Amino acid sequence: MSEMNGKSAAAVIPEVALPPISLRRRVLDHAMTGVAVLTVLIVLVPLFAIFAYLVYKGIGSLNLAFLTQTPKPVGEPGGGMANAIVGSMVILGIASLLGVPLGIGAGIFLSEYGRNRYGDTVRFVSDVLNGVPSIVIGIVAYGLVVMRQKHFSALAGGVALAIMMVPTIARTTEQMLLLVPQATREAAYGLGVSRWRTTLSITLRTATSGVITGVMLAFARVAGETAPLLFTAFGNQFWNWKSDQPTAALSLQIFTYAISPFDEWHRQAWAGALVLIVLIVGAVAAVRIAVRHGTLSGAS
Amino acid sequence: MGVGIKVEHLNAFYGKTQALFDVNITVQANHATALIGPSGCGKSTFIRCLNRMHETIPEARVEGAVHIGDLSVYNGTSATQLRRRVGMVFQKPNPFPTMSIYDNVAAGLKLNGFRKRKQLDEVVEQSLNASALWDEVKDNLHKKSGASLSGGQQQRLCIARALAVQPEVLLMDEPCSALDPISTGKIEELIFQLKEQYTIVIVTHNMQQAARVAEFTGFFLLGKMIEFDKTEKIFTKPSDKRTEDYVTGRFG
Repeated sequence: MSEMNGKSAAAVIPEVALPPISLRRRVLDHAMTGVAVLTVLIVLVPLFAIFAYLVYKGIGSLNLAFLTQTPKPVGEPGGGMANAIVGSMVILGIASLLGVPLGIGAGIFLSEYGRNRYGDTVRFVSDVLNGVPSIVIGIVAYGLVVMRQKHFSALAGGVALAIMMVPTIARTTEQMLLLVPQATREAAYGLGVSRWRTTLSITLRTATSGVITGVMLAFARVAGETAPLLFTAFGNQFWNWKSDQPTAALSLQIFTYAISPFDEWHRQAWAGALVLIVLIVGAVAAVRIAVRHGTLSGAS
Repeated sequence: MGVGIKVEHLNAFYGKTQALFDVNITVQANHATALIGPSGCGKSTFIRCLNRMHETIPEARVEGAVHIGDLSVYNGTSATQLRRRVGMVFQKPNPFPTMSIYDNVAAGLKLNGFRKRKQLDEVVEQSLNASALWDEVKDNLHKKSGASLSGGQQQRLCIARALAVQPEVLLMDEPCSALDPISTGKIEELIFQLKEQYTIVIVTHNMQQAARVAEFTGFFLLGKMIEFDKTEKIFTKPSDKRTEDYVTGRFG
């Protein structure tokens, strides 16, 4: 249409002679790439160092008995942390059952309905909750569950960990849902799909992989927590299959054994730490694989 | 079958900004009606008022009356109820990225509670046939995601998705603006065939396209409907000077 305007629309952009790329810039370019690689190494080295050291210290005490037996009294060699491994799984299971739906629900609210002052308040509170020391969360769960039940219990431990999971999951879920383009929601509205259906079946589903990353982050974070379990799950030297009784947890067992004066217990604490980290990595990897398996080719 | 659309004294707002001023128009059933006009003149806002998509934007509101067939759009009809009868195809193809091709087409029915597998299969096949995509995707219906298709295929997928809920009216908001000429040609052919069963309202920046596919054309300028008439008349003997200036390319 340019000719219609009477004058030629060919823009007059003055020619600019760019200087040749200087040696300084090339050196700087390489230096910056080097810095980037270095920072990655700095982040990765501690991770692998910790893992390697755990394997080095813990593998010696790791055997079938460790994975199948309960702790032996002081002085008796052998025994294991089977009850603590199962206890940890139970506590984390309860925590996930309570924390994941609540966290995702809060995230949905923040993203889809919370673009207002009430939402801002929830966001602020959730960020503050994220920064509350875990032992304080333990006290809260003590007051909420233990005082009422008059028992230390797996349930109390699960509640404490669930409270810690909620803010992380809520905020990551919110961020992931906000990444879903408005056009995707509109496509569903345009088909006569109601808002709540759209949110659950379209928006949340589109953001699934990101939401799961948030859930796994929260899970991995609380899986190793010790402080909130001290006076909620409390720990137990024996098998316990009831969720309203004191329950052993790996992190608690590691703590007890690590501060003990016995060499045998120290070795078992290392093995316990190794088992805990392997369980966490295993759980996260399993979920990742399961999610990838359900994803279509070409899906973004 | 398509139904007619009657719009009376329609005003639309984004917060305090008024985007449409007293628009009146009667769209004939089973015909294609094109809306043309420079960018920002309110064409898209207008068709988004027809299926109440306008109000999904915060602080947006509408005054006036719209009737689609026997439905009074802004009086006693729920938005979801209305949108099942008024399909929409958007400017940018927007398939559901995590769903298979099949699920994309079946989405409207499935999400509204329709679960009969055999009938779903049939609807999916017919809808993809209607949007001229069946032959290209029939081997990958469940294997490939809707997002893995090319832009033109994605847009035809979106058309199939809209057709699957069996609407009476199809709104198209610049459906070809992101497509190459071959895909555009396919979609225009499609519009031609779809007219037999649906009432089509299409927003377009391409005046040749309006001339090719639509029997009626409306010209918008600065939120006002300047002229609405038979396409032929709009492009050969427009009664308003501004329409003439626009279609002959003197401004815009």
